[in-house]
Amino acid sequence: MKSPRTALAALAVGIVAVLALSSCASGPATGTNSADATINVGSVYEPQNLDNTGGGGQGVTEALNGNVYEGLFRLSDSGDVTPLLAREYSVSPDGLTYTVTLQNNVTFHSGATLTSADVKSSIERVTAADSQSSRKSSLAVIAGIETPDANTVVVTLATKSISFVYNLSYVWIVNALATDLKTTEDGTGPYELGTWKRGSSLSLTRFDSYWGTAAKNKDVVFNYYTDATALNNALLTNAIDVITSSQSPDALAQFADNPDFVINDGNSTTKLLLAFNDKQAPFDNVAVRQAVTEAIDNKKLLNSIWGDYGTLTGSMVPPTDPWYEDLTSVHPYDQVTAKQKLADAGFPDGFTFTLDTPNYDPHPAAAEFIKSELAQVGITVNINVITPDEWYTKVYKNHDFAATLQEHVNDRDVVFYGNPDFYWGYDNAKVSALIKEAEQSDTTDQQTAKLTAANDIIVADAASDWLYLYPQIVVASTSISGYPLNGLNSQFYVYDIVKS
Amino acid sequence: MAVYLLRRLVFLLVSLLLASAVLFALLRLLPGDPANALLSVGATAEQIEAARQSIGSDLPLGQQFVAWLGHIFTLDLGTSFISGVPVGPDIASRLVVTIPLTLISFVLAVLIAVPVGYVAARRSHRWYGMTLSGVSQFGLAVPIFWIGILLISFFALTLRALPAGGFPRQDWADPLDAIRSLTLPVITITIVMTASITRYVRSATLDVLGSDYLRTARSLGASFRQAMWHHGLRNASVPVVAILGIELATTFLGAVVVESVFALPGLGNMLLTGIAQHDYPVIQGVLLVSTFLVLIVGFIADVVQRLIDPRLRGNMTGQRAAVVR
Repeated sequence: MKSPRTALAALAVGIVAVLALSSCASGPATGTNSADATINVGSVYEPQNLDNTGGGGQGVTEALNGNVYEGLFRLSDSGDVTPLLAREYSVSPDGLTYTVTLQNNVTFHSGATLTSADVKSSIERVTAADSQSSRKSSLAVIAGIETPDANTVVVTLATKSISFVYNLSYVWIVNALATDLKTTEDGTGPYELGTWKRGSSLSLTRFDSYWGTAAKNKDVVFNYYTDATALNNALLTNAIDVITSSQSPDALAQFADNPDFVINDGNSTTKLLLAFNDKQAPFDNVAVRQAVTEAIDNKKLLNSIWGDYGTLTGSMVPPTDPWYEDLTSVHPYDQVTAKQKLADAGFPDGFTFTLDTPNYDPHPAAAEFIKSELAQVGITVNINVITPDEWYTKVYKNHDFAATLQEHVNDRDVVFYGNPDFYWGYDNAKVSALIKEAEQSDTTDQQTAKLTAANDIIVADAASDWLYLYPQIVVASTSISGYPLNGLNSQFYVYDIVKS
Repeated sequence: MAVYLLRRLVFLLVSLLLASAVLFALLRLLPGDPANALLSVGATAEQIEAARQSIGSDLPLGQQFVAWLGHIFTLDLGTSFISGVPVGPDIASRLVVTIPLTLISFVLAVLIAVPVGYVAARRSHRWYGMTLSGVSQFGLAVPIFWIGILLISFFALTLRALPAGGFPRQDWADPLDAIRSLTLPVITITIVMTASITRYVRSATLDVLGSDYLRTARSLGASFRQAMWHHGLRNASVPVVAILGIELATTFLGAVVVESVFALPGLGNMLLTGIAQHDYPVIQGVLLVSTFLVLIVGFIADVVQRLIDPRLRGNMTGQRAAVVR
C-alpha cells in the first residue's frame, strides 16, 4: 500500500514546486524613467534575414526600417515623404537631375562617417542584378549617379519620374564597406542591432552617437510568434506591450472589453484580390469579369472575416494613396444584373473555372465564400489550394491560371495595371499610357489626375475584383504611447514609443 | 558486448546515411522552387534566376546531393537559403530549449508513471486501480495542445503565476527564469507521456503478476515482495524500456506542437519555419539531427535492454553457434 502514497507524494511535490516557481513570478520590467524603458513589441513577421535587398521579407522592414536603417527620405506614418539623411535637394528644370546634399556629421553604427559614396553604393545595391528588392523596377529609371564631393549626390534619370523621391524612401543607406548584411547591420538609425535570436526575438538598443533626435526609449525587443493565440496571450500577460498588426479578428473581443488595452484601427494598404487572368477566356471578356464582380457580396465577405473592421474600396487604390476615390458603386453587388451580363456574354448557364488559392488565411475561407456566391449565378468554382511558392511558379511566373486569390500589400501599386506582362495580363493601351504619363508629370496634381483617370478605366473594366482592404490593427497596452498606427508597407517606427 | 556495441554503432552510421538519402529525395519531391520563397510580388524572371543560382537550386539533383553529403562528413550542415546563417549553430541554439524540455518531461513522466502503472496493475480490481487506469486512458485521449491551452488559461492568464509562452533571451543565464518558462510546457508533455507510459507499465506488470515463475517463486516460500523484487521487476522492465525509448523519441519529435502553443524557440519551431520557406538546408539539418538523436535513443534503449535481460545476450551467441555448426 506504499505505492499509491508515493505517487501521491510525488504529485504533491510537483504541485508545490509549481507554486514555488509561481511565487517568484517577476512582473515585466518597468523602468521608472521612461527614457530607460524597454519596449516589447509582438509580431508574427520574423525577418527571414536582415537584408532588404536579399529576401528579408516584410519582417525586416518592420523591425529595421527607420529604426536601424534610414533613407535619404522618410515615409511618415501618415504617408508624407520628408527629407531625412538628405538635408536638402533640388531638381533640374527638365526634371531629370536630382542634386541631394547630405546631413552633416552622420555616423554609421560602426563609427564610419556617412559620405556620398555610401549613398551611391546603397542605391546600387537595390538596382543590382542579384537584388531581390521589390523596388528594383521602380528605380530602373536611374541613368547615372555622381558623387562630386563627399556631401553631394547627383542622380540622373533616363525619364522624368515624379515618384523618384518617394521611391528613394525605400532605399536604406548602408555603409559601403559593410559585409554580412543578412546577419549584421551598419546603418545610421537611432538604434543599433542588439541580438537576433532566430525563432524568438530581435533586440534594438539606442545608438548613443545618433545624429538626430535620440530615441525616447532605451531598448526595443521584437518578439516573434508563429501562433496568433500565443501572441495575444503575451499581450494579455504583459510579456509584450504592443502587437504590430493583429491578424486574428476573433481575438480582439478580449482586448476590447479590457481597460488595460487599446485597439487602434489604422489605415492599411493591403488588399485582397480576386485576380482574373485577363488574357484567357472566359475572363478576357470584360462583361464576364464585371458579372463575377457583381455576383460577390464583398461586404458580407469582409464582415465574415474581419467583423466590423476593414474597408471596401472597389479598386486597387487604398485611401492613403493621393489618387484614392471610393469606387464601390461602380460594380455594386447585384446578382440579377450579374446573371443578365453573363447571359449577354454568351454564358446563360454559367461556366466552370479553377480558382488557385494560397493555402494560408484568409484565402481558403474567401475561396469558399466566392464559390458559394458564384454558384448562385450558375458559375462553378473548383478550388485549387496551393502553397506560396507553387503560386509564384504557376501563377506569377508562368501565368498558368484562370483566376487566383492574392493579397497585395504595397501602397501606390495600381501602377502594376500599366504593365501588360504582369501576372494578371491586363492590357489596356490607354491605361498603360496614362500610368506612364503620370510618372512623368511635373506636379503631383497632374500625377494624381492621370492616375485617377487610369484607375477609373481599370475599375470600369473590372480588371480584377478588389474584394476588400484589410484593417491595420495595432493592439497596445494603455501604458505605452507614441507607436505608429498605419504601418504603411509594414514599417513600424519605434523611436517615439514612451512607456509610463 | 564490445562486438555488439561496435556492430550497433556501424548500424547507426548506415541508418544515418540511408536516412539522409531518403530525406534529400523526399524534399526534392515537393512542388515549387525554393528560390521563389526568397522573392516578393514584383520579382522579374531574371531575379528568380539569380536567386536560383545563389542557392544552387539550378544545379542537377545528383550534384546537390553529393555537395550535401560532403558537408555532412565535415560536420557542416550548410547555410540557410533564407537567413544566410549556418544551420549547425542555429540548431544548437534550439536544442538548448528542446532537449531540456523533452528530457525533464521524460524523467518526470517515468517517475510518476512507473509507480502509478504498478499500482494500477497490482490493484486492478480495487477502485483506485481502476480509477488510475481510467485516468491514464483519458490522458491518452486528450489532444496535447488542448492541455497546453488549458494550463495557459489557468496558470498564465487567470493566476498570472507563470509565463504564457516564450523563452528568456539569455537562454539559461538565469536558470530560474528558464525553468519558469519551461514549467507549463513540461507539465503539458508530462501529462500526456505519463498517461501513455502508465498503460505500458500496467500491462507489463499484469503479465508478470499472472506468470508461472512468480507463482513458482512464491510456492518456494518467497514473499510477494521478494518474488516481485528478484524476478518480477526485471521481467516487467524489458518491454517497458523498449517503449520508453520510443516514447522519448516520439516526444522529442512531437515537441513541435507544444513549442508552437508556448511560442518556444525550439527545434520544432525551426523545422516548421524551414518547411514554410522551402529552406532545404534547414529542413535537412533539423531532420538529420533529429534522426541522429532518435537513433541514439534507440541505441541506448537496446543496450539497456541487453543489460537487463540475459536472454537477449544468450540468443545472440546461440544464433551464432547455430550458424557455425
